[in-house]
This record gives sequence, C-alpha cells and structure tokens, in this order.
Amino acid sequence: MKWPAMGYARVESLDELWRVLDAAGPEAQILAGGQSLLATLSFRLSEPSGLVDITRIAALRGVSVAGSILRIGALTRHADLGRDPLVAAHAPILAAAAPLIAHPAIRNRGTIGGSLALADPAAELPACVVALDATIVIASKGGERRVPATDFFQGLFSTDLQPGEIIAAVEVPMATPASRQTIVEVTRRSGDYAMAGLAAVLSMQANGQVEAARLVYFGVGSGAEIARGASAALAGRRLDGTSIAAAKAALADDLDPPGDLHGGPELKRHLARVLTGRALSSFLAPAEQAA
Amino acid sequence: MNRRIDIALTVNGERVARSVDTRLHLVDFLRTELGLTGAHTACEHGVCGACTVRVDGEPVRGCLVLAASLDGAVVETIEGLSDSGEIRDLQEAFVARNAAQCGYCTPGMLVTAADILTQAPNASREEIREHISGNYCRCTGYQAIVDAVEDTLKARRTREAVR
Ligand SMILES: Cc1cc2nc3c(=O)[nH]c(=O)nc-3n(C[C@H](O)[C@H](O)[C@H](O)COP(=O)(O)OP(=O)(O)OC[C@H]3O[C@@H](n4cnc5c(N)ncnc54)[C@H](O)[C@@H]3O)c2cc1C
Ligand code: FES
Ligand code: FES
Repeated sequence: MKWPAMGYARVESLDELWRVLDAAGPEAQILAGGQSLLATLSFRLSEPSGLVDITRIAALRGVSVAGSILRIGALTRHADLGRDPLVAAHAPILAAAAPLIAHPAIRNRGTIGGSLALADPAAELPACVVALDATIVIASKGGERRVPATDFFQGLFSTDLQPGEIIAAVEVPMATPASRQTIVEVTRRSGDYAMAGLAAVLSMQANGQVEAARLVYFGVGSGAEIARGASAALAGRRLDGTSIAAAKAALADDLDPPGDLHGGPELKRHLARVLTGRALSSFLAPAEQAA
Repeated sequence: MNRRIDIALTVNGERVARSVDTRLHLVDFLRTELGLTGAHTACEHGVCGACTVRVDGEPVRGCLVLAASLDGAVVETIEGLSDSGEIRDLQEAFVARNAAQCGYCTPGMLVTAADILTQAPNASREEIREHISGNYCRCTGYQAIVDAVEDTLKARRTREAVR
C-alpha cells in the first residue's frame, strides 16, 4: 500500500530537532533508517502527521572509545556494526549480530538506535545490549540521561523513552580477555526475525570457571528476556557438560514463551534449550566440544 | 511540516532537481518522475527486494526510502549499471544460465549480486545464496541465478589472476 499523506522535515542538529519536535507536536515521529517505520506505514499501521529525519545529525554518529567504554552513536547502521573494527574488538557480539539482521540492503539503512527504540521482541540488538549490560544514552531538550538497558526495555514494543526524547547512543562496557560473547538463533529463512535466539555474555577465568553469565533470549517472550536462573546456574562453576545441562534445566522456570505463528510454547522452550547448548559449548576448548 | 519538498540529487550520473510529495518513495520517484522503470515494486514493505537500487554506492530497498530524504544523494538504478558496463559480464551470465524467466525480480537481483562482485570476490556458493536471500524470485528456483553469479565471480577471479 502507498504511505499515508504526511509531512517531512530534515534537521541538521540536536537544537534544530528540539525546535522542530516542539512545533510538530506529539503526532510526529522520528525517522532514522526507516526500515521498520516506513514498512509499518505501508501497512497503514500508523499515520504520523509527519516524519522528522534525524539521519544528518552529526552528534548521533560514530563509534568511539573512552576509557573502558565503547560508545556507539544511535545512527550507526547494522552494516557499520558488522564491519567497524572498534565494535569487532570491543563488543564482538554486536559484530556477530549484524549479519543476522534482515538482508544487506536493509542493513545498509537500519540503525541501532531505531532497533533499540522499536524494541521488537524478536530483534537481535536489544538482547545483545541487555546481555552486555550496556547503558542507553537518552537525549532531550533538557539534556542527557543514562538508563541501564535492563530498565530501558519495558515489554512488547515498549521502552522508557518519553515524548520529546531520543536515543543518542549506546555505551557498552568493553570486552576483557575474560569475556566470551556469542549470539545464536533459529530462523525459518536466512534474514527472518528469530523464532528463538540467545545472546550470551560470560566472563570466564583461565581455569574454565564462569565468573558471571548473562543469558538473554529473544523471540521467546515480550522482549529481551534475561534468564536469571540459567545464568545463576553457571556462575561460580566450571563450564562443562554438567553445568550446561543445569543451565538448560533452569530455563523451565526462566522462560514462559507465548505461542506464535511458528509454534507453541513447548517448541520455543525446546529451541531455547538447543540454542543454550550451542552457545555455551562454543566457549569450550575444542577437545571438550567434541566430547 | 511540509507536504512537498525540493530535492536535488544525482541519478545515474545526471543531476536532477524536483519538488516531490513527501509521501513518495524512491522507486515511485524513479518511475513516475524520471521514467526509470527498471526498479520494480512488489511487496512495498521491504520483504521481496524487487525494488533494490543503489544509494550512495550501496544497495537499499527503494520502497523503504523517502524520496524527500535524498537531497544530495547519488542514486544508481539498473539502467545506470547497465549503461556504464559495470555488470555486463553478470548480465551475460544471467542470459547464458537462463537466470531470468519473467524477469520481474531481475533488476533487483542484479543490483544485489553486483554488490557481492565487489564486496566479496571470493564468495562461496553458500555466501552467494546468503547474500541474495533477501531477493525473492518466483520463477527460477534460484539455482540458475546462483550459477550465474558464481560464473561471474570465477571469471573475474581468473581475469584478475592473468592480469
Ligand atoms: C524485511 C525486513 C526484515 C527485517 N528483519 C529484522 C531482523 O531479523 N531483526 C531485526 O532486529 N530487525 C529486522 N528488521 C528491522 C530493521 O532492523 C530496522 O532497521 C530496525 O528495527 C529499525 O531501525 P531503523 O533505523 O530503520 O528505524 P526506523 O524504522 O527509522 O524507526 C523505528 C522506530 O524507532 C524510532 N526511532 C528511530 N531512531 C530513534 C532514536 N535514535 N531515538 C528514538 N526513537 C528512534 C522511530 O520513531 C520508529 O518508531 C527487518 C526489517 C525488514 C524490512
Ligand atoms: S517492493 Fe521493496 S522490498 Fe518488495
Ligand atoms: S524471474 Fe520471475 S520472479 Fe524471478
């Protein structure tokens, strides 16, 4: 379907954005990559009075390192995440997530800020930033505020963003030699949203003992779901077949997946267990993986 | 907020300036304003890839880009890629392998495949499949398309090696 009639304004700076948003009123929407927003307009799922294009705001661009924090501007596109050397070195899970998001032409426009603001329950990036214990930097006319990713996501397509606020950046604690990060998912076809997925971030001691674990599932609930029981089942234990089995078993209490087009709750639970095995065994030494 | 906006951009090497309705997407702009009918729309929500064109050197979904947002952009369509000769070998391989039947998906398929030729000259068959997986084809079963892209990659590698 054709898009509804709507206004359009392009802004070049944050100051200009706040002025335009004030003038445009609450019915206007932010436009970043447009890869979700414009698709929903084709379905006439919403009829914004106008779109405010933020893609030329330089302050929202770029990836940089400050101290032990990797700062990723909201306008960083999925394709950039996949090839940025700073991302690959300091947040490898984000580099690994990029090729799982849609298709090349969509990754060339879709942005991390747009994906986080949308909070699709089957999306990769919200789960990754929760697993990384990242901080969302939110900007508004009044200045900046920082919210832990865990608090930012509030459920199905719902976040802590208030009217007049935008995501400016994501701040990620940089990977250390102890970090292990991976993302795995099951899709019906390459590039589809996940039927079930897992973003796993562990810190491991040299002797193979897990110091801390954050297992975050997507596509199996109303958002990025931290599996607290499964994560706790690993902490303080050696990563091996036994502790992996304990993590899988704990998922029964962690996840309460709704059925969807793909199948019922039990299918999703099964997939979550399979993914847990795949993700965690990728952290084992090759000899143990074979065992 | 404006319902029309003036834009100036470069399409297939030529400067164009137009006043556009803000609800117009790039493919309708190309087809209705410029008469460039190579890029097709089918689903108009980003799923099928029939509308794939290049913006600033990279393939994008033409149905998910506002024409209004393209002031200053460089757009290349299948017409431009054909005329420049950049993908003549790929087009010949498509013909040789019978990789187009109704041809509806072909322009988008070629723009997408052109991207592998430059981004991943050593792509394996699997990687070719993965790269074009966002472009739907109702007719060919993909086998012939993958063959054509693979032939082109191999031929280009051989030419490089000889050079
Ligand atoms: C065919 C197809 C397949 C896809 N598959 C996947 C997939 O497998 N996984 C996946 O995660 N995604 C997928 N996507 C969605 C894609 O990744 C989007 O790019 C992404 O979700 C939204 O980013 P965007 O920059 O395009 O945002 P937009 O579409 O521009 O915006 C999305 C929403 O976020 C708001 N917004 C955007 N930026 C900001 C900001 N900085 N601050 C506040 N609000 C903001 C907008 O107002 C809007 O409400 C798919 C899309 C398509 C068309
Ligand atoms: S018409 Fe654009 S992806 Fe289908
Ligand atoms: S050749 Fe007919 S859709 Fe591909």
